Amino acid sequence: MEPDIVRENNTLKQTTTEHNKSFTDESEIRMQTRNLSVHYGSAIGVQDVTLPVYNNKVTALIGPSGCGKTTYLRALNRMHDLTRGTIVSGEVLLDGKNIYDPSIDPVIIRRRVGMVFQKPTPFPTMSIFDNVVAGLKLVGIRNKNLLNDVNERALRQAALFDEVKDRLDKPATSLSGGQQQRLSIARALAVEPEVLLMDEPTSSLDPQSTNRIEELIHTLKEQVTIIIVTHNMQQAGRVSDQTAFFYVGNLVETGETKTIFTNPKESRTEDYISGRFG
Amino acid sequence: MRAAFNIHLADLQQDLFTMAEMVTTAVNKSITALKNRDMEGARQIKSDDIFINNKRWEIEEKCISLIATQQPVATDLRELIAVQNIITELERMGDYASGIAGIVLKLGDVPLVKPLIDIPRMAEMAVEMLNRSLKAYAERDDKSARLICEQDDHIDELYHQVYRELLSIMIENPKTITTSTYLIWVSHNLERIADRVTNICERIIFLVTGEMVENVAKYE
Repeated sequence: MEPDIVRENNTLKQTTTEHNKSFTDESEIRMQTRNLSVHYGSAIGVQDVTLPVYNNKVTALIGPSGCGKTTYLRALNRMHDLTRGTIVSGEVLLDGKNIYDPSIDPVIIRRRVGMVFQKPTPFPTMSIFDNVVAGLKLVGIRNKNLLNDVNERALRQAALFDEVKDRLDKPATSLSGGQQQRLSIARALAVEPEVLLMDEPTSSLDPQSTNRIEELIHTLKEQVTIIIVTHNMQQAGRVSDQTAFFYVGNLVETGETKTIFTNPKESRTEDYISGRFG
Repeated sequence: MRAAFNIHLADLQQDLFTMAEMVTTAVNKSITALKNRDMEGARQIKSDDIFINNKRWEIEEKCISLIATQQPVATDLRELIAVQNIITELERMGDYASGIAGIVLKLGDVPLVKPLIDIPRMAEMAVEMLNRSLKAYAERDDKSARLICEQDDHIDELYHQVYRELLSIMIENPKTITTSTYLIWVSHNLERIADRVTNICERIIFLVTGEMVENVAKYE
């Protein structure tokens, strides 16, 4: 769709493209936090963060180390439930429902909201095949045909199938670092999540493997909504549609990535992304 | 790394001011050559234009290198984009000065059909606009940049006045057509220099605010 250009107060403005329309359309919100705070005992990890995440978009969380990005990310699939002394308050809405509601099963939430970590996390004693379908086997699925289908679909989605199709029974640890990370992504995709959380997914990878993962993110967003934590500003610029800048546990600014990287509103955002601090 | 980037940016800005100084000198000298019918001076302006062109390429190369190696964002990115556009405008202004010098050579020692009053005035105003725009750039002053654009209207008025006057002279005495046309070209070059200053001002507004504005003076 061609952007509509209008003159407003003698300023040329791009208005209702399909792209930026979805950032104002509430019906496009897949997940959102409302006044979300996370405390570790008396220490504040994240404070009062209200942030919408849009359907089939990539949202990048940026900010200096210790600013609360990962803490925020882990709150989105109730990972903090597993850490004693962590208190989560506020709301995390997935399709309008609070995932912290007592009636909600956190295991189901983690299936709907998958996660990929900083370092590749293949199960070292399992084959490539078993790694991909581990989530399904965990919930008791044993149908061989179904597992084969899911294995192929997930590996294809993770752009790994062609590289491993002839050695699915080999240990996952026989793969390179970049392949192991794509395997971790395939395992997360196998259970068909609606949202995929990625915590610095390329920080341990070489540029070529990083490029593969970034291309993968670009393709995957057609199917899943992605939230990625990254320290790499150029990566945030390349892969994301929306960027949120965190600082000392607070959300300082969020907006379309192209706006954040060309004309941010907040001076702290500008100072961080242009390397003046952080 | 940020400190090194700041040094490169400051160096780039200094280069831009140096180039602007070269352009200002060329414009002033071209009008002086016209007033004094100084053929040697005119030839010098034409041959010196290559230094302005080279300076433009030198600055552009530095901009490209900084974009490639530093991956600037936000104001830093807008600054480099603005500098690239401003040097293009300056380079064209240099061409206009060179064009005026070329007209001086074409005119030779043929007597002028009218006294040189409005044309030097136009040159003076265009150079003043350029200097004010560079001050606005140095001070990141978008408000001044908007005001400078308004001055372009005065130069346009002067240009139309000169044009009408020379047209009347040509109608009255067709023998003056060649000389009069040359003077129209000179005034047209000066009018274009002022137009390009408004382009620079638009870039300053973009640099400071991130807004892409066009024809500021005409619409406000």
